[in-house]
Amino acid sequence: MIHWNSFSDFLAMGGYGLYVWGSFGVTALIMAIEPIMVARNRKITVARLKRQLRAESRAGNRNTE
Amino acid sequence: MTDRFNLYRFASPAAFYPLAGAMIPWFAAVAVVFGLAGLWLGMLVAPTDFQQGEGYRIIFIHVPASWMSMFIYLVMAFWAAIGLAFNTRLSGMMAQALAPTGALMAFLSLWTGALWGKPMWGTWWVWDARLTSELILLFLYIGYLALTAAIDDPRRADKAGGLLLLVGVVNIPIIYFSVKWWNTLHQGSSVNLTKSAMAETMLWGMLLMAMSFWMYSIAVAFMRVRTIMLERERHTDWVRAELANIGAGDER
Repeated sequence: MIHWNSFSDFLAMGGYGLYVWGSFGVTALIMAIEPIMVARNRKITVARLKRQLRAESRAGNRNTE
Repeated sequence: MTDRFNLYRFASPAAFYPLAGAMIPWFAAVAVVFGLAGLWLGMLVAPTDFQQGEGYRIIFIHVPASWMSMFIYLVMAFWAAIGLAFNTRLSGMMAQALAPTGALMAFLSLWTGALWGKPMWGTWWVWDARLTSELILLFLYIGYLALTAAIDDPRRADKAGGLLLLVGVVNIPIIYFSVKWWNTLHQGSSVNLTKSAMAETMLWGMLLMAMSFWMYSIAVAFMRVRTIMLERERHTDWVRAELANIGAGDER
């Protein structure tokens, strides 16, 4: 059922190894990095918004005193 | 009658935000499962192509990435049209959340195409109609991102970006039909619902990979749109409550 005879066969890709693994490698890299960047951006944004919210509520308290 | 299920309710960011948050793990899980199944079929089981040898296996990412680059653009243009016609808040956020993923898909389409072209055609790049129109698609994504980033007011940015998206949508049928309209180097479609030119394992491997890319794009776009919603709706009560919850470990 498995098409390949050995692991080195699989890596060589019939001589197309550089092109096949160059395609799959960059795709895997992008699909790993993109969600990490999005999650990181969310963390930074949430922290900034919380800071702003606290600053606003402090300013609001001062005004009502 | 008021408790009737209403789909339009989710057009409001306050209702869509928790829904998207609940759906992200499911889309991500399906993307991983379909991706592994597609890789197993495509990379381990599918036979050698009699013309292209093992090099043809690049199409298992080239075709899904190309499909997604066109489909994401169409979805963005759809949201742009809704946003310009009905002035809805959610539409601009959706387009903004989809754009980086669409740009990456267009880049992957060109990158894998170049790596396929070098051994098969003997060149990384030709100014062929299909390749050139796909490159224009990448430029449209970058142009949309640059244009909306350059305008400070997000509602104005959405309007300007939306117009760019609607004008640029003419490029999508050009990409799709380029292999029929012009006598180009790029080959025609190998996938056909009635009579496929591919072996069955190849076809299933590719369809599974396409589904995986689809689910991945939805998951990432939902992650991104949730951050955009917090940012743009930061003066509303629901975002204040949500921000208070996130630190307390009670995130929806």
